[in-house]
Amino acid sequence: MAWIPLDRNKPAFPKDAPPILTEAVREKIRFFFSRYATRRAVLLPALHVVQDALGHVSMQAMTEIAELLEIHPSEVMDTVSFYTHFWTHPKGKKVIVACRSISCEALGGQKVIDAVKQHLHVREHGTTADGTYSFMTEECLAGCDHAPCLLIGERMHKQVKPEDVPKLLADAGNDRIAAPRSDLFDAPAAKGGASNGRPGGGSSAETVGATSDIREMREA
Amino acid sequence: MANYEPILLRNRGVEGSRTLGVYELRGGYQAVRKALKMTPEEVVEEVKKANLRGRGGAGFPAGMKWSFLPKDRKTTYLCVNGDESEPPTFSNRVLMEHDPHQLIEGVIIAAYAVQAQVAYIYLRVEFHEPFHVLQRAVDEAYAKGYLGRKVFGSDFNVEVYLHRGAGAYVCGEETGLIESLEGKRGWPRIKPPFPAIEGLFRKPTIVNNVETLCNVPHIIERGAAWFTSVGPSHSTGPKLFCISGPVNKPGCYEWSMDLSVQELIEDPRFGGGMRDGKKVKCVLPGGISMGALCASELHMKMDFEDPRKFGLLGLGTAAAVVLDESIDIRIVLRNLARFYAMESCGQCTQCREGTSWMHKIADRIARGAGRLEDLDLILQTARNMGMMPGLSICGLPDGATYPIETVVKKFRGELEERIRAQPREEVGQTLAVVN
Repeated sequence: MAWIPLDRNKPAFPKDAPPILTEAVREKIRFFFSRYATRRAVLLPALHVVQDALGHVSMQAMTEIAELLEIHPSEVMDTVSFYTHFWTHPKGKKVIVACRSISCEALGGQKVIDAVKQHLHVREHGTTADGTYSFMTEECLAGCDHAPCLLIGERMHKQVKPEDVPKLLADAGNDRIAAPRSDLFDAPAAKGGASNGRPGGGSSAETVGATSDIREMREA
Repeated sequence: MANYEPILLRNRGVEGSRTLGVYELRGGYQAVRKALKMTPEEVVEEVKKANLRGRGGAGFPAGMKWSFLPKDRKTTYLCVNGDESEPPTFSNRVLMEHDPHQLIEGVIIAAYAVQAQVAYIYLRVEFHEPFHVLQRAVDEAYAKGYLGRKVFGSDFNVEVYLHRGAGAYVCGEETGLIESLEGKRGWPRIKPPFPAIEGLFRKPTIVNNVETLCNVPHIIERGAAWFTSVGPSHSTGPKLFCISGPVNKPGCYEWSMDLSVQELIEDPRFGGGMRDGKKVKCVLPGGISMGALCASELHMKMDFEDPRKFGLLGLGTAAAVVLDESIDIRIVLRNLARFYAMESCGQCTQCREGTSWMHKIADRIARGAGRLEDLDLILQTARNMGMMPGLSICGLPDGATYPIETVVKKFRGELEERIRAQPREEVGQTLAVVN
């Protein structure tokens, strides 16, 4: 996403800094191990877990993820820097993603973007002074039937008009959706054995292809 | 236009369509039971006979793709491409939000056909609602014994995992998707080897689009002969069409592929005509990468063959964005050019530099500082990248060539007129090339 300027005269974080990934976060990451044939493939799920828990992916977090996945920190950074979704610097509690695809622009998307920027006094990738919102744009949110659209947190706001923006941003629940959550994807700790074998659950589960592959690759 | 009964969207709007119970009540999970009684080869043969062409954009026959797998393989992976990032496409989103079990049934059948033990459904991260809906549906299917070990009491095992992307258009390219799944940057791979030979974790891999797999249960259930009887002979089967822009009823609609762009815009069953009675100026009928049509070309049929006759790359995702006469064509050109400049992965020089140059030129024109020779310059840049002239690894720059080329060629008169009318006119505002 963003270029990370580093001060080469001092380390990015102190060598003796206490770990910032808690055991719970590490356990969540380990939950994904059996789903993939290599540890590196767990990187994207791991980065999602870390960003959800810590707000952004710092240099120290990248190093600790690398250790957990048995890869080099530069490989983590390589991946992090490619994707727009990961923040390497602290962001606000909610991220506003404005769409600027052709459908949205044709229906006044630019005015909505301007309204958000003006209302919050932020620039692209900026965060409001109170730390509530960060703002970014994206090329298409696949919500063209509801253009112009605005994604706040998890919720897609449809057919947004510039004059609706202040009201929209004042709503505390504007980033949540009512969809029921799955406990298979991101809450492994409390999960017992499901009736049909736990899909992707922990190292004990007998997953079919992936696990045998891991063995194969380690032996090779 | 004859009547048409929706197949893929038949459960849209039905109460509880996201739940396994309702899906099964309405005839779901019968096709997979039938498929598991057939041999995998028979399933592949049936899909091959149906000539199911991929719905993700390239239109490659899915059955043929499946038959490329080496016979002596041990591990096979199935990847489901739900990265849907092509503006203005949203048909996969509609399928996953309204009928997640249809996709899961398609995934099980496809996994059985290619004998894949693990299937990954790759979703773009912006799909929050589809993700939760789909994960819930996967959970339900696991709990019922439809996924996991010995599905439906057969000897076949399959694990289905959802994998979330992190915001990159290029991850919708099949090898880019594979790289991204492996935890790397989504840089497409040089082909050959094609994924069917060496894909995910260097094992034979099949990558299919969400809509393609949603067709599979219906082919198994009703037979290949039914599938080939829907629509014109070269483009068979049900198809989802998206329409957006200033029309009265933007949305996702299902029809056979004998629909023209005009009908998609005007028919009350689809777009329902232009808002405020405005005239159509320009349509990008297949996702922006396929190119643009001007107002006199709206008789184009939305099938796999006709778009080429109008200078377009192909059918693409069959998602049309309609632009009315009030929009300045320079704004359109800049928007299209910016998309590729932002989404080029940066691996191939011609694409990385070319898309950025095109954006800079288009931006200059849009700001009212363009020159007449810029039009030739942007055309020259557009033609000098991409897979077709052999200068890139993936098709992204070809997708950038077509919209730029068709817009400049088909709207050259207006562009020249606007450029000549400068500098009094000032349009829009500048957007930085780099965030």
